[in-house]
Amino acid sequence: MRAVDAIIECLKAEGVDVVFGIPGGANLPTYDALYYGGIRHILCRHEQGAGHAAEGYAKASGRVGVALGTSGPGATNLVTPIADAMMDSVPTVFLTGQVRTELLGTDGFQEADISGITMPIVKHSFMVQDPREIPRVIHEAFHIARTGRPGPVVVDIPQDLSRADIPYEPVDSVRLPGYNPTTEGNAKQIRLAAKALANARRPVIYAGGGVVNADAARELVELATSDRFPVTCTLMGLGAFPAPHEQWLGMLGMHGTRTANYAMDEADLICAIGARFDDRITGKLSEFAPRAKFIHIDIDPAEISKNVPAHIPIVGDAKKILPKLTREYRALEADASRLDAWWQRIRGWQEKHPLRYEDSEDSEIKPQYMIEALYEATGGDAIVTSDVGQHQMWTAQYYHFKAPRRWINSGGLGTMGFGLPSALGAKVACPDETVVCVAGDGSLQMTSQELATCVSEEIPVKVFIMNNGYLGMVRQWQELFWDRRYSAVDMGTRPDWVKLAEAYGATGMRVADKSELVEAMRTALLTDGPVVVDVRVTREENCYPMIPVGEAARDMVG
Amino acid sequence: MGEPGTKEILNLADLEASGGIHTGRKHILSILVENKPGVLARVAGLFARRGFNIGSLAVGPTDDASISRITLTVDGALHPIDQVTKQLHKLVNVIKIRDLEPEETVARELALFKVSADGESRAEILQFTEIFRGKVIDVSKRSVTVEITGTDDKIEAFEQMIRPFGLIEMVRTGEIAVARGRSAT
Repeated sequence: MRAVDAIIECLKAEGVDVVFGIPGGANLPTYDALYYGGIRHILCRHEQGAGHAAEGYAKASGRVGVALGTSGPGATNLVTPIADAMMDSVPTVFLTGQVRTELLGTDGFQEADISGITMPIVKHSFMVQDPREIPRVIHEAFHIARTGRPGPVVVDIPQDLSRADIPYEPVDSVRLPGYNPTTEGNAKQIRLAAKALANARRPVIYAGGGVVNADAARELVELATSDRFPVTCTLMGLGAFPAPHEQWLGMLGMHGTRTANYAMDEADLICAIGARFDDRITGKLSEFAPRAKFIHIDIDPAEISKNVPAHIPIVGDAKKILPKLTREYRALEADASRLDAWWQRIRGWQEKHPLRYEDSEDSEIKPQYMIEALYEATGGDAIVTSDVGQHQMWTAQYYHFKAPRRWINSGGLGTMGFGLPSALGAKVACPDETVVCVAGDGSLQMTSQELATCVSEEIPVKVFIMNNGYLGMVRQWQELFWDRRYSAVDMGTRPDWVKLAEAYGATGMRVADKSELVEAMRTALLTDGPVVVDVRVTREENCYPMIPVGEAARDMVG
Repeated sequence: MGEPGTKEILNLADLEASGGIHTGRKHILSILVENKPGVLARVAGLFARRGFNIGSLAVGPTDDASISRITLTVDGALHPIDQVTKQLHKLVNVIKIRDLEPEETVARELALFKVSADGESRAEILQFTEIFRGKVIDVSKRSVTVEITGTDDKIEAFEQMIRPFGLIEMVRTGEIAVARGRSAT
């Protein structure tokens, strides 16, 4: 069997039903195998789009996303999605073509050392050297991508090896002596954690994207509601705990709610689950949660005590650990009334500091209102992707996510241009769901070519551009911290997004009047095919509240 | 420490102080890895990414042909060690890492010294060689080459002694080490 046909067999055995990519010289054999292979291929317009689409697919479905690129520029165009998938722990496999083995290292046409280039930003990578190892390598790649802390795996296959005739036998096990993720969680530590929770008077559960990755949202709710534990989530964890819940404090961090940040600041016990104490969460590290002890549950031992020393570390899979922790906690029959004073304090913050903005008195559309309108038009249960910037933060704040895998964004790497291609991938993964992309006018210009993919592959995503004509978040920082010197942030009013959408064969709409917004959004959602809605919002609105850079959570402004 | 977005100008002392926790001693890391292409690059790259300066590095086969051992030394006074060992563990090809405690470790290094040896200095060099239990492995009219095995202290001491005679060249292997006692490293 040709090695490339074996690749297709392996992909099918791994449950792959769709791949995203672009062909080129070095991966022509793979594309030849795909021609009759029985796996849907989505031809993206740029490899970066293919990579983010694979991420969107993975984030929406929990399955491994697959992107293909040829050697050289095809592979280097995948670098940003690979780095993105690493930072946000997205299970993905990137199959790159490579020049023929005789050309390796000779600066051959379209040669780039992609395994070298991506070494710091992959969970693992394989450079195939013997065609007979291809089936095993593919299975190992999927195993590594999806288990433990998920992440991107690159498989680089020289063109001549992919054409080799190899004996193919289905592979039923992988052999990776250096790779054994811990999943169960140490029983003694779990008991200690339960005791700490029972003794805490001001506890907070701080949940991150790891809970979503572990599919442990239900288990999180079980734990939180085994008593009245207040819950906050990171940007990546939104949806892991239902936003409309009486124990919900809102998102924490730089643009989180005051309630969530104040609660962290005053907590005596913080139970971190699948979260990594990123600098956008902690603010000034030396003043982060100064009174708290920390339980840290994470599948990645390297995250424990990386930024904040953990008092009770538990390494393992949240889905396995949380039920045990809940059981242990229940058995202790802690006195629920010990949390009364804490809740009183929290309710005080919630009343005094709700998320708020000053709505316009005329027809002007405030960006926050735009997200509220989107929530209304979609009934609050669309899959929402976003780019990176102010619109991303406002979406996180005002689209109150009720369930996991509904909020898809680039948190760690902060990749502008992530929104549209990831929406495309999410829609392919979940064709029956409404998938919307909240885009920035700056971000969307980085990957807008994927509108062509949406149209030709009939992927009906709805894109809502929060258009303020600025690189808005940078402008906000310049306003607040750089004496309003607006250096290189004015994007003007081009392109004409309606015309651009139409040029691609999508539907284009424009809304600039608040009173028409919800209706226009409903119309867009009901329109067949991809739709781009250019929503003109207030030009200079700032995203608040905010922990100013280098300051502590209690010093939030706005 | 300031954030990239702030206009605060950073002073160099603050920048240097932000590196992490330092143990203050030399660490010998003994790392068992799969014998596969690119593994050394992954390990070395991980240190480089964190700005670590590897003191010495020795790689060789083990009793199992599919496994190699990397022995490397890092100065814990300059670099925080715990994060890097945790990150090393995450490399799929890394099987086992041991941060060897100095008291419980036997470490050896081999070094070759080429020294200029004219006339009377030759006898002195040979005398030092004997004291350090070294071996002369090459002689020419104007030089001798000496092999010394031992701890890095011993090799450095020999270097000090021999340097005044005119050290033409020194080649060191980097330390290799095993744990004391019966259990495997």
